Amino acid sequence: MTTPYQGLMAETVTHEGADGDLISGYFARPLGSGPFPNVIVVHHMPAWDDATKWLASRFAFYGYNAICPNLYHREGPGEADEVAAVARAAGGVPDDRFIGDMRGAMEYLKTLPYSNGKVGMIGFCSGGRQTYLAAGRIPELDAAVDCWGGRVIATPDQLTERQPVAPIDYTADISCPVLGIFGNDDQSPTPEDVNKTEEELKKHGKEYEFHRYDGAGHGFFAVDRPGYRPVQATEAWKEVFKFYGKHLA
Amino acid sequence: MCSWIVEKAAMDGVAKGPDGWMDIKQANVYFDHPFKAAMEHALIVDFVHDPDRPNGRVAIEISAESAQRLVESINRALTTGEAVHVLGEKVHA
Repeated sequence: MTTPYQGLMAETVTHEGADGDLISGYFARPLGSGPFPNVIVVHHMPAWDDATKWLASRFAFYGYNAICPNLYHREGPGEADEVAAVARAAGGVPDDRFIGDMRGAMEYLKTLPYSNGKVGMIGFCSGGRQTYLAAGRIPELDAAVDCWGGRVIATPDQLTERQPVAPIDYTADISCPVLGIFGNDDQSPTPEDVNKTEEELKKHGKEYEFHRYDGAGHGFFAVDRPGYRPVQATEAWKEVFKFYGKHLA
Repeated sequence: MCSWIVEKAAMDGVAKGPDGWMDIKQANVYFDHPFKAAMEHALIVDFVHDPDRPNGRVAIEISAESAQRLVESINRALTTGEAVHVLGEKVHA
């Protein structure tokens, strides 16, 4: 029996974003001619950080082209945490800009000579919210994974000029399957928020699957944070790859 | 959390960063996921020289309990004779 060959490469690239701006992204892909399915990894609020970039490499390891766009590119250049601090003080990433950046990232992935043309998205924390938003606003998206996205549901006082519409209000427009991963000890979203989101998806007849984990809180995939829950994270990662295997093949 | 909510306070003073002392114009305060601290949530303060640029910042990420102790310490320090005198002058200016 021959040991199967495995290889990947990863590097910083630039791709088009909202308003035709060129933004940076961390791109990883398996070595080989493909065609490979594609995933956009949406980083969490604290930064376009090493931990999230590493997740792009993880997808490449398992046979996906993956890009993690730098949502804070325009607030830089600078160290990841410095740039994130500027973005946060300005009120966060405007939703319209995010959608434009994701359209650019999709175009980048779809036109790769080793792409199969299908694109999924996965986002964590604020990126989970943004992924739910993208599912409703980008009809070309093939699969969306929301990992504990906070504020998918928002009260009127939580809406701002930069985030003017709660993502849940786009539920009727969602045209791709949605996978939700949540910890039952999370405070944002709470289990009640998750139930409300599920009700909305059900009401509009959307294809979705939600997985809730006991003994896990917010961000339980993060191996470098105290909330890491290896057993629950391992189970949930299996669901992610099963979901993408079904919808991006 | 994951909220983008920031409390802002105008500052008049200086802070010392890796490149030395700098004027501080604003403090951005929030309770959310930290970048560095090994905590789920932290009270974060960014003392910034220029709010619109990613250079010139002194940051702290501390637990909620630490932040509470800090607030109490600051409030106690501001009740000393000198501070009361200065704040009193400003109130009556």
